[in-house]
Amino acid sequence: MEIWDALYQGIWIALQPHNLGLAVIGVVVGLFVGALPGLGSVNGVAILLPFTFVINSMTADPASPMIFLAAIYYGAMYGGAISSITLGIPGASTAVATTFDGRPMALKGDADRALVTAAIASFIGGTVATVFFTGFAPFLSSVALDFGNPEIFALMLLAFATFIGLGGDDIPKTLFSICFGLLLATVGFDQISGEPRLVFMNEREQTALLTTLGVADAEASVPFFDSVGWFSRGIQFLVLAIGVYGIGEMIWTINASRYKITMTETQISFMRIMRGIVGMKDAWKGTTIGSLLGFFVGILPAAGATPGSLMSYGVTKMTSRNPKSYGQGNPDGVAAPEAANNSASTGAMLPMMTLGIPGSPTTAVLLAGMVIWGLEPGPRLFEDRPEFVWPLIGSFYISNIIAVLVNLAFIPLFLWVLRMPFTILAPVIFVLSIVGTYAAYDNMFDVWLMVLFGIGAYLLRILDYPLAPAVLAVVLGATAEEKLRQALLLSDGNFEVFYNPFFDRDGKGQEWWIAPVTTWIAIILIAMPIILWLFRKVRGQHNEA
Amino acid sequence: MRRAEFVTAIILALLSVYLMWKSGEGPEWDTEYVHWSNISVNIDGSGPGKGFWPFYLALGMLISCIWIIINAIRKQSPPSQSDEPFMDGYAAKMLLFVGGGLIAFLVLIDMISMYAAIAVFMLYYMLFLGRHPLLLSIVTCLVVPFWLYLFFDIMMTKVQPKGTRWIEDTIYNPAGEFFRSQSLIMIAVFFAISGAILALSARASRQ
Repeated sequence: MEIWDALYQGIWIALQPHNLGLAVIGVVVGLFVGALPGLGSVNGVAILLPFTFVINSMTADPASPMIFLAAIYYGAMYGGAISSITLGIPGASTAVATTFDGRPMALKGDADRALVTAAIASFIGGTVATVFFTGFAPFLSSVALDFGNPEIFALMLLAFATFIGLGGDDIPKTLFSICFGLLLATVGFDQISGEPRLVFMNEREQTALLTTLGVADAEASVPFFDSVGWFSRGIQFLVLAIGVYGIGEMIWTINASRYKITMTETQISFMRIMRGIVGMKDAWKGTTIGSLLGFFVGILPAAGATPGSLMSYGVTKMTSRNPKSYGQGNPDGVAAPEAANNSASTGAMLPMMTLGIPGSPTTAVLLAGMVIWGLEPGPRLFEDRPEFVWPLIGSFYISNIIAVLVNLAFIPLFLWVLRMPFTILAPVIFVLSIVGTYAAYDNMFDVWLMVLFGIGAYLLRILDYPLAPAVLAVVLGATAEEKLRQALLLSDGNFEVFYNPFFDRDGKGQEWWIAPVTTWIAIILIAMPIILWLFRKVRGQHNEA
Repeated sequence: MRRAEFVTAIILALLSVYLMWKSGEGPEWDTEYVHWSNISVNIDGSGPGKGFWPFYLALGMLISCIWIIINAIRKQSPPSQSDEPFMDGYAAKMLLFVGGGLIAFLVLIDMISMYAAIAVFMLYYMLFLGRHPLLLSIVTCLVVPFWLYLFFDIMMTKVQPKGTRWIEDTIYNPAGEFFRSQSLIMIAVFFAISGAILALSARASRQ
């Protein structure tokens, strides 16, 4: 009953004009961002995060900026399908699976039906996941209240281990990406000793370098590399996120598409939308599987909406009586990934809000935003800041309804926007990335760093280095180090505190199971590739014999 | 691609070694500090030192790089199996034009202000890389920075760099005084008028 009251209050606050307006704007922006090839929810949320500082100061409501960003997240999940179906290019990685059957449907002249199926399935997936979220979140956060430093560090280790064990990317490159991201988070002042570390240059050396470059005395209102201390301010999360997702991804998309994108024309009318809604009866199975599987895959740290949608597509196809129809334009093949990516996006919010551990790169950006607005994601959030949590959950319901209505009503507009030449869109994204970074931190050093990260990210991506783990690591880095060091401080440097349930942590002989179990799962996940390799080798020898 | 895989891994390995060395450094003011003494797990009962975490992370990076190099030697990673070049002619040219354009953009911010640099960058991109009509390119490169100026500097008071003192005094200060004295409705009208001009120029260019 308490949850219903809180939810009712939350929905009521989410319906206040300023929050409703932000949700509408966020959904529309998200739909555009999701629909445009090369941009996904993470790009949109990262590039637009600096704008929320302004929202925060204008509304004085802690939930408002988050409602705006969550609406972008939702909208982008809907929008991804539009370009998958009409262009054959996924708007985002989360909509890759939608292309498998959405594009063939469009080529057969059924683009309108595919678009409507995607929108309705997304709505159902999002709504089912939000109901689950409402039920699970308070329970999970109350359990997590008992977590100490070892437990929280073990959970973070698990998040990174999932990338290695289940990520599917090159393992050493994933490991490099994680370590690099965590290391970037250590640059600046050490939180515990207060001493600088990895700052590379002191102010005297910086001035000498600028003098050598001839820019130290520039008569500018904001001097070149104006920030004092450069790296001693630390590497801001947004600098990496906007660099990777604003600059790097854009350069990658320009190279991959080479500005050549052809679009399938489609006519959308009220009657065609109704026909699509009636046709949903052929897509109920994909919608159901996607809604349920998507949520639970979304909860897993490091999984997120992309594996959720791909798995749902695979399971729907595998359990179908006619698997050969998949890839030829089966509505279930559109509904499953679309329901799943929306469901997973809500699922990924669950560990972020209740444990402070994001389930996907987008939720990592959202988590960083919450920290910037003065909130502390984690189990105490539900207890300490209900005025933030419940309006946000309320806004999930509202944004979902807004997203499906806006999506269906404005499909022709989105199709019109998709005709915008990439050579106009790309410079606009570059400009927004640069202006946004400057607006967030008021110094040019971070802007330079952001562009260099972007170009570096592009080069590394060519060589298959996964970058999402690095982004997640930068967000979690400071907390992970703090928890690790505090745990080791309490255990006198004994690592058993993480893996031995019988380690006497508090001198009372109590057993602690959560951290050891989590750590061992993480170790198994990290060792998984080696175990699988050994298994394959033994089986190969057995077959040869 | 294989050579690029090697070269990148070696550069990153060298970076890791450098970061390991840097992690072991003490504070500048402590002349008695012995290198590496802050990377221990438990220093005098006060827990790990400030270099502990970054040192082992850099070590993790180094191990990963060695692993990547071994995989490349054994041709086990997709890039090391690929015969394609790291960058073909188009990709290299594109990186030079786009990356170079971005660097030039940043340099210009300091000299001619953020908004003027945006205009120059947009014009360069649309005319040179996009081959859009001159009219549309010029109007877009004027309207986009104008919108951003209204949004950031005027509405949100998030002031962007204004270039040299002369540019700030001659252009931005009077412009700021004018626009800040306008009501929100008038600002919306400015947005709408400039948007209409952009739409008209797009239509004229299409014809």
